[in-house]
Amino acid sequence: MRLFWTALLITLCAMPVAAQDTLPPAPYAYQQLEDPAQEESARVLMETLRCLKCQSQSIADSDAPMAGDMRHQVRSRIQAGESPDQVRDWLVERYGDYVSYDPKVSATTWPLFAVPVILLLFGGLMFWRRVGRKGDKV
Amino acid sequence: MKTLRILLWGAVLIACGLFGLFGYQLTQPRDEFVQSALVGQEIPPFDLPPATEARPGLSSADLADGSPKLLNVFASWCVPCAAEAPQLEALERSGAQIVAVAIRDRPEDVDRFLELYGNPFTRIGKDDISEVQLAIGSSGVPETFVIAGDGTITYQHIGDIRPEHVPQLLEELRKAGA
Repeated sequence: MRLFWTALLITLCAMPVAAQDTLPPAPYAYQQLEDPAQEESARVLMETLRCLKCQSQSIADSDAPMAGDMRHQVRSRIQAGESPDQVRDWLVERYGDYVSYDPKVSATTWPLFAVPVILLLFGGLMFWRRVGRKGDKV
Repeated sequence: MKTLRILLWGAVLIACGLFGLFGYQLTQPRDEFVQSALVGQEIPPFDLPPATEARPGLSSADLADGSPKLLNVFASWCVPCAAEAPQLEALERSGAQIVAVAIRDRPEDVDRFLELYGNPFTRIGKDDISEVQLAIGSSGVPETFVIAGDGTITYQHIGDIRPEHVPQLLEELRKAGA
């Protein structure tokens, strides 16, 4: 029994290691914009922006303080009248294409768009050759 | 029929090549660093209040006052920031001017951090919502930027400064005109 109480005491005294800040989140990190249309365009944009702390999540998905600060930037910029594309460009200017989950055709990303078309053409060609030839024989 | 065969073998080769590439990439160490795309450009305008009573705040104008500087992005709650303190001290002893931005920090915590690990900074700005961090393309703490005398960002060091990084940062400062 004494062991139990000691264990309990130790558990209660345990302090979490402070690996994150204790400051409250930025005003628009968790608060929606007053205008539903603006909030909607901010939400759609936030779902296609990469969280830089937790790189496989969007900033809409993440509870990292930095993602909250990024949401605040997005919402306050949208509120100030910037278009979602302007906000995205602002971030891409700073972090490169990596920050955006909405890839644009560029010198490095064109294979992403070209390869499916090439594969489709290749498949079509194969299909036409096989089926087309057989059709001729009948 | 022969061309078909060649095409099919071509497809097999492409698939093998792709799997080879995947296998190669899987054995490579992951690069999780997101470089700032603002290196080579002018620092965006900002003006931060002081993060501690001991030092004045920091604005972009302070960074364009003619002499090159190190801009250290840190936080008292960040463990590697404490680990790099001796290296910042060494850089200051070698003549580097170091200014800082404290991310999401309380003045009392900054004071305690500086008391524990030393204060090589001439100015410390207080950035409670990471706005300057986002504006300069920094994606975490600690990061250290080299800013030329005209306010141009010339170099970014991501992560804590280890002893082997000190000469390089001094070299980058020299290139920036120190």
